[in-house]
Amino acid sequence: MDSRRAARWGISGPPLLYLVLFFAIPTLIMVLASFRLPGDFGGLAPIVEQGDDGTRTINLTLENYQRFFSDPLYAELFLKSFWYAVITTAVCLLIAYPLAMLIARSPKRHRDLLVLLVILPFWSNFLIRVYAWMIILGPQSVFTGVLNAGLGLFGFEPVRLLFTPFAVVVGLVYVHLPFMVLPLYANLEKHDPVLLDAAQDLGANSWQRFWRVTFPLSLPGVFAGAALVFIPAFGIFAIPDILGGTGGIMIGNVIKQQFLDTRDWPFGSVLSMVLTIVAVGLAGFAAWYARRARALA
Amino acid sequence: MALLEIRDVTRRFGDFTAVDKVSLSIEAGEFFCLLGPSGCGKTTLLRMVAGFDAPNGGSIWLDGKDMTGVPPEKRNVHTVFQSYALFPHMTVADNVGFPLKMAGLEPAAIKTRVDEALDDVALTGFSGRYPNELSGGQRQRVAVARALINRPKLLLLDEPLAALDAKLKENVQLELITLQKEVGIAFVYVTHDQQEALALAHRIAVMNHGRVEQLDEPSKIYGFPKNRFVADFIGTCNILDAEVARIDASRMQLRIPGLGEVQTTQIDGARPGDKGVLALRPEQVAISPQLRPDPDENHFAGKVFDFLYLGDVTVYVVELPNGSRVEAMLPNSAPGRAKFFEPGDAVEISWRFDAGRFLTE
Repeated sequence: MDSRRAARWGISGPPLLYLVLFFAIPTLIMVLASFRLPGDFGGLAPIVEQGDDGTRTINLTLENYQRFFSDPLYAELFLKSFWYAVITTAVCLLIAYPLAMLIARSPKRHRDLLVLLVILPFWSNFLIRVYAWMIILGPQSVFTGVLNAGLGLFGFEPVRLLFTPFAVVVGLVYVHLPFMVLPLYANLEKHDPVLLDAAQDLGANSWQRFWRVTFPLSLPGVFAGAALVFIPAFGIFAIPDILGGTGGIMIGNVIKQQFLDTRDWPFGSVLSMVLTIVAVGLAGFAAWYARRARALA
Repeated sequence: MALLEIRDVTRRFGDFTAVDKVSLSIEAGEFFCLLGPSGCGKTTLLRMVAGFDAPNGGSIWLDGKDMTGVPPEKRNVHTVFQSYALFPHMTVADNVGFPLKMAGLEPAAIKTRVDEALDDVALTGFSGRYPNELSGGQRQRVAVARALINRPKLLLLDEPLAALDAKLKENVQLELITLQKEVGIAFVYVTHDQQEALALAHRIAVMNHGRVEQLDEPSKIYGFPKNRFVADFIGTCNILDAEVARIDASRMQLRIPGLGEVQTTQIDGARPGDKGVLALRPEQVAISPQLRPDPDENHFAGKVFDFLYLGDVTVYVVELPNGSRVEAMLPNSAPGRAKFFEPGDAVEISWRFDAGRFLTE
């Protein structure tokens, strides 16, 4: 019995320790920091301050939260980031679903190669890949040139692509696409093809076979992929930083600013807290909805 | 015209001919079995009837219409798949109602029909369950109910009992026979289990290497196998090498190397010198300790080699002087009786002249 318990701790101990050290403790520090005051030169002011006259003041406050709720700018930024993430998730789903289906239905010997191609971009640096988009979408690029020439033929004004919300969504979709393809593929690949035969045999046309059989059975993959795309896209700062210009700013940029530029750690923590709560809340809602959909299906 | 006409249907996969010029016709209301070992082409033939596969040659006619180019969803034929292929994300009611929903019926009408169908297969009260909450037998019934609900012309069943245990199988066979009689829809049933085919079918087509070896009623298939393959595949059969020695007025004398002459019924077209085999069912071979001469019987002395106690019967393997072994079956009618003979006992085996069949191929 004891050796079994030891084995259990031996196996679950290291990941537990990892989570405590790098997830639970930092989260707690952040929760605490959101109630503290900024230090004079950035960072945090000490919680207990010994004044010159010997009085002690305890530096804990709700001011940071007040600031968040009193200025609609932050809520608007959250909403904007939310929509960027929603659009990114939707576009990723639209591109990834046919791709995952294609891979799952291609001959077994080709599948590994195709999956490899999906994850191939991970082999080069994230920033380099995003900078590449800066060039592709930039005003001097062939892509932009051809697009604007085409628009010109129809009498439209030339458009600017870089430093727009469009560029941000392109970057977000590009970076997150594999996170949608992989769980969808893992799900679709497990589907028993005889179910589609049965549906066809019982009178379902190809459209009905997709919506009545393939799609509902793939919902766990859709939700997994959506969570893997939505949550990081919601809080990302690097892509709007590089591709978004001033108009494409997202909540992640503001959080980064608070920590690195303004050096207002407590307010940065408040924004991070809100981001975490919103993301966890949405993920929880999605999980609940998925279960309910399964129960009602 | 028959309900289903299969005319000279051929299906090749590369160099391999899975179905080789098969012609069959199946009548309305018939329970028809395609029987054969795995790889004999029976499932390929079934898939072509369902529309999942197309013949390389020949044609399939359903109810007087050529089915060439008609996709499965447009054919008035439904299939019960070996794995049942129930939709795991749908309840029993949604599974059974699926064909009606695809046909565009109103939800209220679907519900009435589904309740009736579930009642027919004794699954009332299971409508809200998911397939993974059912037993194997219940799943099989759901699959049958789903395939029958919009009354197809023809129901195809692809080894639907393969996943059930032996005891349940027998009950389900009886259920299927009753159900088929009630609904009056023609069943085409694919199996490799000869007992299942004999028990269920009105007619059986025994298939091997893509061809139909014999097409007949179960008792004819069992009693008068046309060739060595059918004799061997259906039931157990003693097969002894034999050659036609001479043909008398009504009987034929066979020479069995190392054993002697055996009399059997005459076969059309057999001529002295023809080589073939003598096929003999174990239950037609009598085994006794002493000689009982009878001019209508063939007699041989032998030695009990081994025996198999099967409960209702005991099968004795008797070794003959030429070294060949013949199985003889004795019923254990007295309770507690397991055997009459011991290995090594000298015995005599005998069978009536009309029990054995001479088969040339």
